[in-house]
Amino acid sequence: MGGQEMEISLKINGKDVKADVKPNTLLSTFIREDLNLTGTHIGCDTSQCGACAIHLNGDAVKSCAILAAQADGAEITTIEGIANDDELHPMQQAFHENHGLQCGYCTPGMVMSSIKLVENNPNISEEEIRKGLEGNICRCTGYHNIVKSVKQAATVMGG
Amino acid sequence: MYELQYSKPSSVNDAVAEIKKSSDSKFLAGGMTLIPTLKARLSSADTLVDLKGANLSKISVSSSEITIGSMTRHCDVASSNDVKGSLPALAKLAGGIGDHMVRSCGTIGGSLANNDPAACYPSAALALDTTIVTNERSISAEDFFVGMFETALNENEIITEVKFQIPEKASYIKFPNPASRYAMVGVFVAKKASGVTVAVTGAGENGVFRCSEIEIALNSNFSTESLENIDISPDSLNSDIHASAAYRANLIKEMAKRALQEMI
Repeated sequence: MGGQEMEISLKINGKDVKADVKPNTLLSTFIREDLNLTGTHIGCDTSQCGACAIHLNGDAVKSCAILAAQADGAEITTIEGIANDDELHPMQQAFHENHGLQCGYCTPGMVMSSIKLVENNPNISEEEIRKGLEGNICRCTGYHNIVKSVKQAATVMGG
Repeated sequence: MYELQYSKPSSVNDAVAEIKKSSDSKFLAGGMTLIPTLKARLSSADTLVDLKGANLSKISVSSSEITIGSMTRHCDVASSNDVKGSLPALAKLAGGIGDHMVRSCGTIGGSLANNDPAACYPSAALALDTTIVTNERSISAEDFFVGMFETALNENEIITEVKFQIPEKASYIKFPNPASRYAMVGVFVAKKASGVTVAVTGAGENGVFRCSEIEIALNSNFSTESLENIDISPDSLNSDIHASAAYRANLIKEMAKRALQEMI
């Protein structure tokens, strides 16, 4: 038994993509290495850090715990796909204004995860933000400014 | 990850036919345990047979039971108005598994079939007289959980749905490991016409178990006071870097008390 390549087609950041992938390719690897969308980060080996968060068919997921093959037919948004040309997404803008990052490594995952937290709960409380971000690990900030950023973005996004 | 093949059949029958083609193939449910395990090369497979296309995701409720399709995701159970209305403890349990990104992928069937000793769902299944329905038969939860990561499932057997009996009242409280969110100890208390059932996850050497000491106490007096003088033996409990057996024994009592406080 080998790992013969298989064809997948999906929509990523609004663009149709067709590609041949080995069945053991992780979605995160496919996004970074085949599509060169390197904003999606890999921060751990154990699927615990959340740096690789993307949106898959409307849900925030960890792209390092999914095979590219599983995403056949899916609609995906990565951190590169949320701004409107030069206009940052309200979540990105809020992280910028509140200094919601230091080294920036976890930030794409934080932003993608937080967007879904807010979309699913527009009036999200500080406590719910802290609990909601339990799957995204940041080693620099102590989370305080991240939580502030999400809170601000929630008001802009229509909370 | 070692090399493998991937297939996504569109029915349970096709999935069984597919998996029989090789002796080292595995079913793939939500993948939240299996993919990281494969990634770490702790596991391997000739072929992953993805059950996502097999039409196994659904929730339905009658007056006495909730039926949940095996590929129903944790987020769908947590947000289901049917589940929240008739068995809120189960919705809360599902909404506390992992984090919101894990809940967007992980499934009830995957959780039960994996039978991780620290998983949340096995406690609800054992406390609620649950029937696990497969493509071959129906298995009571009591017979289903055999030991750590072991179930009564045969090779090539697929869980299709899970039927929970709706109790008068229920509550699930867990003490999560702060890093993984798995239960260091989780206690599911169900009060039914036939009596009180208490199932404990995260603590037992052989996985989920019913705690007869607490059940006896609560069947004679359904109050937190009746738990005060109970001693839970640490003898068959887990000891690891996160907690000693004695600590877990104490957590069982404490989580049971908190569950009771929610119910009274």
